[in-house]
Amino acid sequence: MTPLLRRDRVFDFLAPPLPPDALLDTRHGPILYLEDISVSFDGFKALDDLSLYIDDGELRCIIGPNGAGKTTMMDVITGRTRPDTGSAWFGSRVDLLRLDEPAIAGAGIGRKFQKPTVFEKLSVVQNLELACHGDKAVWRTLLAALDADQRATVAGVLDTIGLAGHAHREAGALSHGQKQWLEIGMLLTQRPRLLLLDEPVAGMTQEEIERTAELFRALAGAHSVVVVEHDMEFVRSIANKVTVLHEGRVLVEGDMQAVQNDPRVIEVYLGE
Amino acid sequence: MITRWLMNDRGGAVMLGVLLLAALVVPLANLGIGADSPLHVSTYTVTLLGKYLCYAVLALALDLVWGYCGVLSLGHGAFFALGGYAMGMYLMRQIGERGVYGNPLLPDFMVFLNWERLPWYWHGFDMFWFALVMVALAPGLLAFVFGWLAFRSRVTGVYLSIITQALTYALMLAFFRNEMGFGGNNGLTDFKDLLGFDLQADATRVSLFLASAALLAIAYVACRHITGSRLGRVVVAVRDAENRARFLGYRVENYKLWVFTFSAVLAGLAGALYVPQVGIINPSEFQPLNSIELVIWVAVGGRGTLWGAAAGAVLVNYAKTSFTAVLPEVWLFALGALFVLTTLLLPRGLAGLLRNRGEAR
Repeated sequence: MTPLLRRDRVFDFLAPPLPPDALLDTRHGPILYLEDISVSFDGFKALDDLSLYIDDGELRCIIGPNGAGKTTMMDVITGRTRPDTGSAWFGSRVDLLRLDEPAIAGAGIGRKFQKPTVFEKLSVVQNLELACHGDKAVWRTLLAALDADQRATVAGVLDTIGLAGHAHREAGALSHGQKQWLEIGMLLTQRPRLLLLDEPVAGMTQEEIERTAELFRALAGAHSVVVVEHDMEFVRSIANKVTVLHEGRVLVEGDMQAVQNDPRVIEVYLGE
Repeated sequence: MITRWLMNDRGGAVMLGVLLLAALVVPLANLGIGADSPLHVSTYTVTLLGKYLCYAVLALALDLVWGYCGVLSLGHGAFFALGGYAMGMYLMRQIGERGVYGNPLLPDFMVFLNWERLPWYWHGFDMFWFALVMVALAPGLLAFVFGWLAFRSRVTGVYLSIITQALTYALMLAFFRNEMGFGGNNGLTDFKDLLGFDLQADATRVSLFLASAALLAIAYVACRHITGSRLGRVVVAVRDAENRARFLGYRVENYKLWVFTFSAVLAGLAGALYVPQVGIINPSEFQPLNSIELVIWVAVGGRGTLWGAAAGAVLVNYAKTSFTAVLPEVWLFALGALFVLTTLLLPRGLAGLLRNRGEAR
């Protein structure tokens, strides 16, 4: 039956908007489908027919030498860069190439930048509140305060990231590692289904790195987590499955042990 | 709630207090005390103060977009002038038969240009409420369309500043032309009365001063309400890390657009109260220099504080009035030097200086 003939829904615009979660369909397994994606900047191919699938609830590490296209790939997923060819789907129903950055964030994809980026002039708790899930339209933010659910989320995350003691400090005054944690916390209050983390442990102490690894392992399952990282020790400590990118395409995919012993990976990392 | 609010914003509380005091003392000193008494405040001074207060509202408007949203507009004078023109058109229509040519319908400059009929866009301006709507609508609409185009194309930083500057310059050239129907380079002047009250009368002047003070107070509270809300924090977030805000799901361009439009409306209201007090509006109000001076007021006062911007506007303009009376040709150099010194020595303006002393104590 075509939608036009349905009598129970005559005017689509009257129907309440579907929550983004309702659109996310992961029954087929993967939460993210990237297929044949190519991006070139002035003739330089940053991504070259890249195909990659991330399963729902998976924790995936992506490694690769500089210029392998890791950040460009994140830009494509979050809507910052439009690919020349290829398709990108979030679940099997949300076409990422038709959405802009805020819409993609609203659909449930959170991204941490390579350089930790927090709102330096606002306090830690204000940073988390801004990131919090909920309506982000102009008038709502002018008139509405946070509801109980959102406040609980913020309080919970504040504990998770270990910054409860710094809740009212200006975010700009935090250490580098704490800023990384705050940014991760901001992603969590956003309640995303897929987390993209670009070098999340850069500048952290060994102890902080271990706690981060623990956190990521705890997040996987309910969330899908994609980590781009240079720190091999860290990758080894969290990864079940590793993807190696090289020159804009997938070189090898598999568990850490297999990847490390793969001659192509060794060649890429050690040079010809 | 109000007391807590005033506790947290000492600068604002002081500003509103001073404003209230001025609103009580100035009318009394002008109307109640005889001209021979040393305590008498002349009508000239009352009007001058009213003018400063209009500038303060304009500075407040700029501080909201520049200090909080990070959008450095070098064309905010255009919105001020548009509001002024809307009010000027009402005042022109009020002249009626008392003009030099005694034409009941057409303002003098139209008779002079041999126009037979009132242009369509002058209709309705004989009604005060209509003029009042246009005072807000004209600058608001321009800002909305301009902002919609600029912010959606993600024009930021110095490029945005340059096109706002071009906007006000283009408007100045347009308003200079006689065929635009806004009085050409003479602008609109020779006003007689407002709502039936003689504009030259002391009581009217005092009322306009009080209206300016009220506008400043209301505008301050409105801006403070915005900056204190979640919206205000989003705006600061956009200023400091635009991409972070965007990837958290905020439509950054909408936020900029609404703040910019609100600010333009505020500037228009200030212009509308400015015109009956100075008695003239002409295209020179659009000149880029005015908008740049405005930026200096805010920088000197301290951006991102609201009350600092308002104080800066009053102080710099007081300096300008005193200076131009003695050494008119030196003023622009003094203004330039003031800006350079502020940038080098007081990056957070006078408000920053006060705050530093408060923290040191």
